[in-house]
Amino acid sequence: MNWFDSWALTLVVFIPAIGAVILMLIPREQEDAIKEVTLFTTLATLGFTIGTLIKFDYGRTSTLQFSVDKNWIDVINSHYHVAVDGISLPMLALSSFITVLCVIYSWNHFPEPHNPKAFLILLLILEVGMNGTFVAQDLILFFIFFEIVLLPMFFMIGVWGGPNREYASIKFFLFTLFGSALMLLSFLALYFKVDVPGVGHTFDMVLLSKAAGAGLVHSTQLLIFGGLFIGFAIKVPMFPFHTWLPDAHTEAPTVGSVLLAAILLKLGTYGFIRIALPILPEAAKSWAPWIGLLSVIGIIYGALGCLAQTDMKRLIAFSSVAHMGFVMLGISTLTTFGINAAIFGMVAHGLITGMLFFIAGSVQHNYGTRELSRLGGLLKQAPKMGWILGFCAMASLGLPGLAGFWGEFPAVLSTFNPGGDLSQPLFRTYMVIAAIGTVLAAGYLLWMLQKVAFGTPKPEFADAHIHDVTTYEWTAWVPILLLIVALGIFPNIIFRVTDDAVACQTAAPFVSKTTVPISPSVKCPASPLAAQTTAKVSGR
Amino acid sequence: MLSAATVHIATPAFDWHAFAPDLVLVATMVVVLVADLLLPDRESWRTSSIAAVGLLGALVPIATLVHSGHDRNLFNGAYVVDHYALALKAFFIIATYITVLLSVDYIREGDYYKGEFYFLLLVSTFGMSIMASSRDLISLFVALETISIPTFVLATFRKHDRASNEAGVKYYLIGVLSSALMLYGMSLIYGVTGATKLSDIAAYMSQHGTVPLVAVAMFLSLVGFAFKVSAVPFHFWAPDTYEGAPTPVTAFLSVASKAGGFVALINIVYFGFFLPNGRAADSWWPVLWVLAALSMTLGNLVALRQTNIVRMLAYSSVAQGGFMLVPFAAAGIAGADGHPGKAAAAMSAVVIYLLIYGAMNLGAFAVVIAVARRTRSAEISSYDGLWEIAPGLAVVMGIFLASLAGVPFFAGWFAKFVMFRAIIDAGTGWAIALGIIAAVNSVIAFFYYARPIRAMIFHAPTTEDRTPIVIPQPLFAAIALTVSVVVVVGIYPQVFARVGELAF
Repeated sequence: MNWFDSWALTLVVFIPAIGAVILMLIPREQEDAIKEVTLFTTLATLGFTIGTLIKFDYGRTSTLQFSVDKNWIDVINSHYHVAVDGISLPMLALSSFITVLCVIYSWNHFPEPHNPKAFLILLLILEVGMNGTFVAQDLILFFIFFEIVLLPMFFMIGVWGGPNREYASIKFFLFTLFGSALMLLSFLALYFKVDVPGVGHTFDMVLLSKAAGAGLVHSTQLLIFGGLFIGFAIKVPMFPFHTWLPDAHTEAPTVGSVLLAAILLKLGTYGFIRIALPILPEAAKSWAPWIGLLSVIGIIYGALGCLAQTDMKRLIAFSSVAHMGFVMLGISTLTTFGINAAIFGMVAHGLITGMLFFIAGSVQHNYGTRELSRLGGLLKQAPKMGWILGFCAMASLGLPGLAGFWGEFPAVLSTFNPGGDLSQPLFRTYMVIAAIGTVLAAGYLLWMLQKVAFGTPKPEFADAHIHDVTTYEWTAWVPILLLIVALGIFPNIIFRVTDDAVACQTAAPFVSKTTVPISPSVKCPASPLAAQTTAKVSGR
Repeated sequence: MLSAATVHIATPAFDWHAFAPDLVLVATMVVVLVADLLLPDRESWRTSSIAAVGLLGALVPIATLVHSGHDRNLFNGAYVVDHYALALKAFFIIATYITVLLSVDYIREGDYYKGEFYFLLLVSTFGMSIMASSRDLISLFVALETISIPTFVLATFRKHDRASNEAGVKYYLIGVLSSALMLYGMSLIYGVTGATKLSDIAAYMSQHGTVPLVAVAMFLSLVGFAFKVSAVPFHFWAPDTYEGAPTPVTAFLSVASKAGGFVALINIVYFGFFLPNGRAADSWWPVLWVLAALSMTLGNLVALRQTNIVRMLAYSSVAQGGFMLVPFAAAGIAGADGHPGKAAAAMSAVVIYLLIYGAMNLGAFAVVIAVARRTRSAEISSYDGLWEIAPGLAVVMGIFLASLAGVPFFAGWFAKFVMFRAIIDAGTGWAIALGIIAAVNSVIAFFYYARPIRAMIFHAPTTEDRTPIVIPQPLFAAIALTVSVVVVVGIYPQVFARVGELAF
């Protein structure tokens, strides 16, 4: 194994930590140096991520690659085990990519009370947690990284947030902490209850997935899954656990909102795909109808919630509830098709909603308000920003040809034929409800677009000098916009990466007689020769 | 007339090496007392240096004993110097050393008896050192009283302050009551089993099972210990005492003295009631289960309402005590279930929790003392905007509080983790229920730990005064020491985990 293979992921996770330590040593007054070091750090991290993207063997996406497995805490049998496969790779790429853009965007956009040093240190620590969660293959390591993101985000909202920031920050923290405490109990229960043949008790996610809950009584499985479910569902957030999200998003500074929407929410759905489903497949089958139910409730509730909002950012936050509902619906079908759609939906939602939050931040920056009733005529005053908003609204409502479509449409489609012997009539009912949700999505997004961009500026802002998109904003936004288009036209960029991994690792236990395999050419590592013949992804 | 044929008094073999740490402590006590007599009043603060050197000196024989490697059983196993005892002795001595660092400037600047202060501190530490080795009801009791009696006096050390006097009297009365209960329980145990040595009691129990009278005796002595470790519903003395006592003494009470109580509990519960097969555990784990659940929940709920940081930390230490009782219950459940191995792991969880709790709580008190040097207040509102006045102190305090709340990468997460691990390992319905109570409580706990954090970082300073806080060197050393333990153990818990694995 060469140098790069064994160090790349560790570097992707810990370069930001090194950067944070360096920032601590730079005096607070040298703001330029601080910004440059941060940018360099995130770029270096992205560089190594791109390195893994290039060196990743796309013929074996279902195999863990760049794997490092070292003893970490012997006494509890926990390992430092990091690796990526087709499921984690897109998420890792998204995470290190968005972070760079956030640094660029915040270059002159530091919210009050300014202090770029502290802000950027928190941003880098956040990146450690985010990247780490997506590469961790040990439950304890996963838990630690999952928790690391809490404190920086707590401070980001609490210090740089809006007027109601204290309430929002503590609410965010307590909700997530509650979930992760139960999640930890479930992890421990997995450790003690699952006896992996030939290995014994372990926290290793790969081995636990292989055991697939062997030797667990069904009721125990259901209970453990329940703990995992609450932990992940709060993070996603799914319907009854979502109440922290609108507050956190509304109060968070722009960059905080972007990272929250683009990455942090995905930690929850990623947890379902990576941990809950493969490790406890039997319980997943019993839980899936309920998860599906909560998802469709979330879709409709989020959409209706959007229509009731008066604040642009809060509206986008509620739209996240709806969109994550589609992602969870895809997961709840337990099919390769649905879970692929979910991963695509995660990336697409990350890009599109992240972008919408960027615009909301700039609107707030320009107008000093996000009240929909006071806004209007953005297309007149800042036409470029207005068009970008329109573009993102279209992408978000799932217009074919843009990224949002490939997250939403296949997720709805996959409910037609759920896996794992789930009830077809039930999921087809969900399908109908979700389809209504897409119509509502078009409704609220167009309504927002109309309120913000169309019409004439309100008298109070008629003479205001509104900056159109600045250079920093262009630099941060163009890559996202290009990706939204690229993924919309070539969805295979992601599907090719995720498909085998999902089919072999997540969806394999659920293949049933009644399911029509949508991706029939699955090549799992059991037949390594077949994997070699997979066509390489074009352009890589 | 004595019959020379029947009475034969054998002189027990005396292992000087095994007693060396305790003897160094005794010698230091004497030197401090004499030096206080000889030094003129304005020089008497130097006794703190003597105490500090003596404490560090006591670590040397501990190191050589660890190096020599084998366990030493003295007095037929009534006094044991094994790795478990040594680890705890080292912990007690270091915790006292940090307390001395916290006290130096606090005591020098106030109107206090100086030499006596350090003398009393050392006596209490000596009791702890004995406690770590005691495997006999009598020496256990004597050690516990040696720990407690000096602290009654220390609590009243602000002699012109009515709150401090109240603190001491309350603590004293409760202490005496708990001793009486405990002693009564112990006497019943002796009456039934005919033994004071823990291993003999254990042997009796495994042979005869738990007879009802023993269950009563256990209950009484557990209640006595519950007072010592301020477990709910026997906790009510703690907040008043903590608030009234001088802050370094509060730090000492909440860490070293509390840990002394826990070590006593480990010794009597594990070595006395549990071994060799844990069958008797059925009669005592429900008591500890209830104590744990109540302490966590009530300690947390009341802590939520506090506006004074010392009182908040007092209730938080009640709640943390509840978390430390969780593995006891887990050990009992596992033992009654026929899994002594799991019980041993649970006991080591208690030790790990104690060590980590010691570092983070002492650290938090060190910051409280540093801040109070400037503000002369312990109200949480006096922390408003500390971030702008003393960013370093604010960050360090944030680390201690986050660690107490169990947020990774700070040591507290590992303490919570081993606690959860023990209770899930036990695995019965009762165990899971306690685990869920603990999980919910660790969330509630964050809410009040976050309050000083929010005051420090989210609020603006209330005063215009921006002069930096001057931290004297000893206090700085204490903060640096504790924060590095909290961070290093948090990232690489393996270093601490070994310590907890020594004994069981």
